[in-house]
Amino acid sequence: MSKHYETVFILTPILSEAQARDAVEKFSTIITQNGGTMVHEENWGLRKLAYPIQKKNSGFYQIFEYSSEEGGVVDVLETEFRRDERVLRFLTIALDKHALAYNDKKRKGLVGRKKEVATETKEA
Amino acid sequence: MSLVNEPVEKNINRKKYCRFKKSGIKYIDYKNPDFLLKLVNEQGKILPRRLTGTSLKYQRKVSQAIKRARHLALMPFVADQLK
Repeated sequence: MSKHYETVFILTPILSEAQARDAVEKFSTIITQNGGTMVHEENWGLRKLAYPIQKKNSGFYQIFEYSSEEGGVVDVLETEFRRDERVLRFLTIALDKHALAYNDKKRKGLVGRKKEVATETKEA
Repeated sequence: MSLVNEPVEKNINRKKYCRFKKSGIKYIDYKNPDFLLKLVNEQGKILPRRLTGTSLKYQRKVSQAIKRARHLALMPFVADQLK
């Protein structure tokens, strides 16, 4: 049974658009090479941070949602994050069935606020 | 004199309910901070269950989501007049 993971990471704002794109490219190839299959990618672009990280006040947010048979891909990805100095911060979580349902619902069209999403699940 | 306290007393003890159980939310997303801001006070601290009335199961999910959002700098650890 393949497990689903979600990784969010922040790239330093001093990167140019092209550098940010190939950094994201590098990490998504790492996932696909190590037996992970990419489910969804999302880029929030440049966004203000709630508190300065490494003296920077904004960063490029990138979200990967992927699944893999055995969990090996997560360790490889995280060592790569730690090695790469362009990445300010990263967070990987395992998705349970409620999280998966929420993500699908959000992608399918209910991009509305949490409240609408909630009322929707009640009726459906 | 006693009338002054009367109205304040009344509206305090209305029945509190768990907003997640009532509205059927199953998963609290740590990625949308504007929903999580409703569950945090002005200094950015997590609201206790006795004020919000949420059940223990969802309070744990809320606190985990808020801590993840703080880690990702979507929400501040400490803030003044956050709202």
